[in-house]
Amino acid sequence: MSARVGTVVKHHLFWPLAALVALLVACTIKRPAFLRVSVLDDHLFGAPIDILRNSAPLLLVALGMTLVIATRGIDLSVGAVVAIAGAVALTFIASSPDPDSLGTVVGAIFVALGLCLVLGVWNGFLVSVLGIQPIIATLILMTAGRGIAMLITGGMITTVNSPPFKTLGSGFWLGLPVAALVAYGVFVVVAVVVRRTALGMLLEAVGINPAASRLSGVRARTLVWTVYAASGLFAGLAGLIFASNTMAADANNAGLFIELDAILAVVIGGTALSGGKFNLSGTLAGVLVITTLSLTVTVLGVSPLVTPLFKALVVIAVTLLQSPALRARLRRRRPGSPAPRVEQPAENPAQEVHA
Amino acid sequence: MTTPAPEPGTVAAPAREPVVEMAGITVEFPGVRALDGVDLRLFPGEVHALMGENGAGKSTLIKALTGVNPVAAGEILVAGEPRRFTGPADAREHGISTVYQEVNLCENLTVAENIMLGSEPRRLGGLDWRSMRRQAREHLARMGLRIDPASSLGSHSLAVQQLVAICRATVVDARVLILDEPTSSLDTDEVAQLFRVVRSLRDDGVAILFVSHFLDQVYEIADRMTVLRNGRLVAERRTAELPQRELVSMMIGRSMELLEEVDRAHDAAPERPADAVPYLQAVGLGRRGSVEPFDLELYEGEVVGLAGLLGSGRTELARLLYGADRADVGETRVKGTATRLRSPRTALAHDVVYLSEDRKGEGVVGDLTVRENMILGLQAARGWMRPLPRRQVDEIVEKYIKALGIRPANPEALLKNLSGGNQQKVLLARWLATAPRLLLLDEPTRGIDVGAKAEIMKLVAELAADGMSVVFISAELEEVLRLSHRIAVMRDRRKVAEIDGGQDVGTDDVIELIASGGEAR
Repeated sequence: MSARVGTVVKHHLFWPLAALVALLVACTIKRPAFLRVSVLDDHLFGAPIDILRNSAPLLLVALGMTLVIATRGIDLSVGAVVAIAGAVALTFIASSPDPDSLGTVVGAIFVALGLCLVLGVWNGFLVSVLGIQPIIATLILMTAGRGIAMLITGGMITTVNSPPFKTLGSGFWLGLPVAALVAYGVFVVVAVVVRRTALGMLLEAVGINPAASRLSGVRARTLVWTVYAASGLFAGLAGLIFASNTMAADANNAGLFIELDAILAVVIGGTALSGGKFNLSGTLAGVLVITTLSLTVTVLGVSPLVTPLFKALVVIAVTLLQSPALRARLRRRRPGSPAPRVEQPAENPAQEVHA
Repeated sequence: MTTPAPEPGTVAAPAREPVVEMAGITVEFPGVRALDGVDLRLFPGEVHALMGENGAGKSTLIKALTGVNPVAAGEILVAGEPRRFTGPADAREHGISTVYQEVNLCENLTVAENIMLGSEPRRLGGLDWRSMRRQAREHLARMGLRIDPASSLGSHSLAVQQLVAICRATVVDARVLILDEPTSSLDTDEVAQLFRVVRSLRDDGVAILFVSHFLDQVYEIADRMTVLRNGRLVAERRTAELPQRELVSMMIGRSMELLEEVDRAHDAAPERPADAVPYLQAVGLGRRGSVEPFDLELYEGEVVGLAGLLGSGRTELARLLYGADRADVGETRVKGTATRLRSPRTALAHDVVYLSEDRKGEGVVGDLTVRENMILGLQAARGWMRPLPRRQVDEIVEKYIKALGIRPANPEALLKNLSGGNQQKVLLARWLATAPRLLLLDEPTRGIDVGAKAEIMKLVAELAADGMSVVFISAELEEVLRLSHRIAVMRDRRKVAEIDGGQDVGTDDVIELIASGGEAR
């Protein structure tokens, strides 16, 4: 029995899910009707639905980030790409003769996503072909990106009124928010593709040992390039959802610090920043924790001034609980629990993995 | 199983008490008894070799001494006092330093910083850089090494790094120095330099525990040996009283038969018809700064050995054939058709595979399982969109685990947790699963035990007998001679000679060729 509890606790999803449950419980204590979902105008309403909808952009960005991190990389430019996507789409709609038509909106979406894909390809080129360190390579676009967005909007906050575009961020379909349907749909498709094909294994191989992968015939360069392109594309889609939510393109504030939230979500989900093994289900759990956290702050009435501090405390708690060093220490404190499993020793003793 | 007491009077037998005495050491891992009542005595001023196959318990015994592995039973006396160390740092403080097979230093620090790390001279609350460099230079000079302490460690060869690691170990007044496979990546000159250092430390009264797979080196340097097999003590003997043949049979027994089979398979190699087209032919192939233009013909069913010292261009030549490095002159022909092998992928598409000498850096994908590592090459060739069907994967994995005797026989084990020899077998399986026509093997037997070595050599001989073309690179000339039908001799990044293998060619002939740069014949 205790062995089973042990395996449950060891599962990579345990701590993020425990944190999520704890946050939900805290909210429910403060506001007993918190988890209630009601039907209003054929739509589902309630905090859980809000969480689903609010998590959409972060989920998309974190999805790309997970794949990038799996290859030992990092993409700091996603926040800027979010801003660019919104700027492009709204400027396109605002300058078209017929902002209300579906054609205009579809055109805007394609132009914005196309540009974001190009930006992702640019990042991938810097990393995989020129061999620039990912953090530096994507820092370029992180800094330049908001300038580009500013250039597109002409320094203004572009606002438009286009019902078809508004649907993406605030519409409902089959009672569920469209934004959530899009983001979760993309997430599931990517997750299935990654794990049903050999893509996941090859990405992990490249992240764990790039040289060995190349010598094994893995197209390491193409794979790395592809994940940055995908990260750009997903960030663009997130940017469209943001823009549609507010119907305003704010080059300075759209997607601000979303790259950090995405990295946090990935880490909370149990994917190491050193690359290699990754798990998308963990990222999903991480995204839900971070989104719920923002809602909890309002429900608990924490002052907005100290919100970042509150967020940081929760994140520290989750990451500490996941830390192998801390867990080993806790285990040593409890003499009754089984000793840490020692692997059968390999013949070469200097096998510690260097992060 | 007798343990002769140290006899006074002879050179190797000091009339002193052992500085380390381990008795009845038992180490247990979940489900396995890794060591069972093993004794080990280390005397000051003596080089002691710890011998045994992979998995015999050598590393476990060392780790039991330095406190890495918990000891279930037994006694450890250091200078007569019972001790249990909490880890390598604790052991180091008590004068027991360990130098591992893979250099455990910081490549991006300077030589001086690496040597003095942990015992840095301090001044006014900061580091005293000048005296750090001075002390480092003194330590190096005492070992007869002339290395600039201010140079970065990464700029030196692996051999120099190894020597720096030993130098580092002696900083803390080591009474006991443990050298775990220190020579596995060194060439003859570098080994000689290392041994000079080891002898001078021994003469200073340091007890040295030496672990190596190279029997010749062990016989050259060791005064005393302890032989382990399957976690048990077989014997402790003085080197002078233990003939090589007896040592090998103590260590294994069965691999001698395997080697005889290798010889038989080698003899059975067929004559090649006069009009045969080589599977791969290199014409004037070369790369500036890497290897000078060379011609080489590789026929099916033939093993071509590459002999030469470390750094003579053996690896570079193989990498050019595989497209791991791009040639800037010359051409390659596959079955007579000119084909540019631009990358490993193109080579793979032509059924050419390369097993790198750098197992850890360029072969093992440690955090993936045995199964995933085995199918990596095959899957990469198919592309990510067409995953191998699970049933086929299982068949391949099961087949090679059985055929190569991989231990543990668990496809889901992470590769990093396997021993060196077993990792090598998994990497071989990765390539064999792609059904290659040309197998480039760069040091496939380095750092693995005699038994696994013999198994791999037997496999190579059989593969060639089945019609595969094989290039075999090894620092051990005897292995090259035993396996090869033809031998290309390398020196100073140049192919200097090519001779037919056979019973009448001996190591002396090849050494002569290397020494003379191919002018002897």
